[in-house]
Amino acid sequence: MPEVLVRARGLTKRFGGFTAVDGINFDLFRGEAFGFLGPNGAGKSSTMRMLGCVSPPTGGELTILGGDPVRDGAQIRAHLGVVPQEDTLDSELSVRENLLVYGRYFGLPRKLISERTDQLLDFVQLTERADDQVDPLSGGMKRRLTIARSLINDPDILILDEPTTGLDPQARHVVWDRLFTLKQRGVTLILTTHYMDEAEQLCDRLVVMDHGTIAAEGTPRELIAQYSTAEVLELRFAPGTQEVAVEKIKDLSPERLEVTADRLLLYAADGDEFLARVHAAGIEPLTELVRRSTLEDVFLHLTGRTLID
Amino acid sequence: MSAEPVAVRPETPVALPKLPSTAVLSVRAFRCWLLMYQRTWRASVWSSVFGPLFYLGAMGYGLGSLVDKNGTASLGGVPYVVFVAPAVLAVQAMNSGLTNALFPVFGGMHWNKIYLAARATMLRPGDIFRGHLLFMTMRITMNSACFIVIMAAFGLIKSPWAVLLLPASALLGFAFATPSAAWAVTLDHDTQMNYPIRFGAVPLMLFSGTFFPVTQLPGWIRPLAYATPLWHGVALCRALSLGDLDAGAAAIHVGYLVALAALGLWWGGRTYRRRLYV
Repeated sequence: MPEVLVRARGLTKRFGGFTAVDGINFDLFRGEAFGFLGPNGAGKSSTMRMLGCVSPPTGGELTILGGDPVRDGAQIRAHLGVVPQEDTLDSELSVRENLLVYGRYFGLPRKLISERTDQLLDFVQLTERADDQVDPLSGGMKRRLTIARSLINDPDILILDEPTTGLDPQARHVVWDRLFTLKQRGVTLILTTHYMDEAEQLCDRLVVMDHGTIAAEGTPRELIAQYSTAEVLELRFAPGTQEVAVEKIKDLSPERLEVTADRLLLYAADGDEFLARVHAAGIEPLTELVRRSTLEDVFLHLTGRTLID
Repeated sequence: MSAEPVAVRPETPVALPKLPSTAVLSVRAFRCWLLMYQRTWRASVWSSVFGPLFYLGAMGYGLGSLVDKNGTASLGGVPYVVFVAPAVLAVQAMNSGLTNALFPVFGGMHWNKIYLAARATMLRPGDIFRGHLLFMTMRITMNSACFIVIMAAFGLIKSPWAVLLLPASALLGFAFATPSAAWAVTLDHDTQMNYPIRFGAVPLMLFSGTFFPVTQLPGWIRPLAYATPLWHGVALCRALSLGDLDAGAAAIHVGYLVALAALGLWWGGRTYRRRLYV
């Protein structure tokens, strides 16, 4: 049984009358990548702030690295790396100086900071920008720098709050690649995201959050097996004809049918087989696609909504 | 790798090291500001040097030439520029305390977010507060030192007690900085910072015995002036500069400013915690 680094039981966070996190339970084990998946406002960031020991829980129990985040917050933070949703880099300083300042906060000797800075900037592919100001860096570079900075104290747990939100697809892939490498090296990751592909690629285990509660928990594969079918048939129709098609398809009694604004999602063990039945019934979609189920389908099933509205 | 299960025992935190003292942690926060200042100090030099020169030139010599024609008995028999210089030093220390607290503290939360970066590390809100105050105190002291050197160069210092002008003006600036920082950390809009300057610093500068003795004010308004921190700072600096120091009065001035600083320290401890541990 691997070492438990974080244990939450009935963890709750209220702001006045608003309950942001409503009694959630989870364990984080050393070496795993654990994800919180959910739409904006689901309580992911509030949970991350509690894990980062900068937000005292309103109720429940939370143990991080064996300590109490309220009593031992500073000591726990000494072993955490945090990549916040919004960059907190100092734009007046150079790339290298940002790591120096941060390393000094942890009381690391200059020599060690300098060695680690070289390694970390190499790791996030910013060596050539080491002495440049932070201000003109692109969004993706700043995010990579924030990741490098969060690793300066060689943390036991790396906490990432929406690490790729706001990045263009290319920059996002570079960040994913770096995070995946960290995971391969055995760094324990906690991350929040509202991107399915991010969760599927990076997370060993994840929870789906909605309205401050955990709607489901498991590995991506388990969640898909439990809450979705193996395959999904996506059909699009000419404007105005979708409603008629929906009625006809209901007669074919699919295992599950989701109607979104622009398409129908038909859940089936064998998508091609179902598509053949659709054709046989004389239904002519504009486009048709058979694909494997993803976490998006799980989320849609659990909450009746897509992740990014 | 061990196959033994390792249970978490919340009552005995295992791997967590002991935290360094708050002084060590505060100095770490201070050093961050110092590094930033090393990058940006040039811009601040001009205001530190030309501020005093402009004030002394306009108020001391310009206005002073008119005042001195009418006799200086009510000023204690010294030329107006000698009378006004230590008071301008005090005003400048107050402004230095306000501006070095208000804007950088708000910025730490909203602009460069230095506070938000620091709170994710070992630093606690109180360490962040005290570390920043150390830096503010350094800047206030540097500005005052610059002013005092210029005063001395113009021959405006009349007493050996003036060696205490530096700690006195630094204390005055510090007494303004601590409550200002405590308040600024709570703000959501930068425009709010104009109020203490417009409705606080400006009237204080005009009516705290700075440019004319408080005895020139109507009798009923004088107690109001005596109640302001700037009046105590002005009176203290002027007594040190002119050499007519009364030990009892000096103790009251220093006591008042120390109490104000202490109040700000206590208040800031609370506001920083509330804003950084949300």
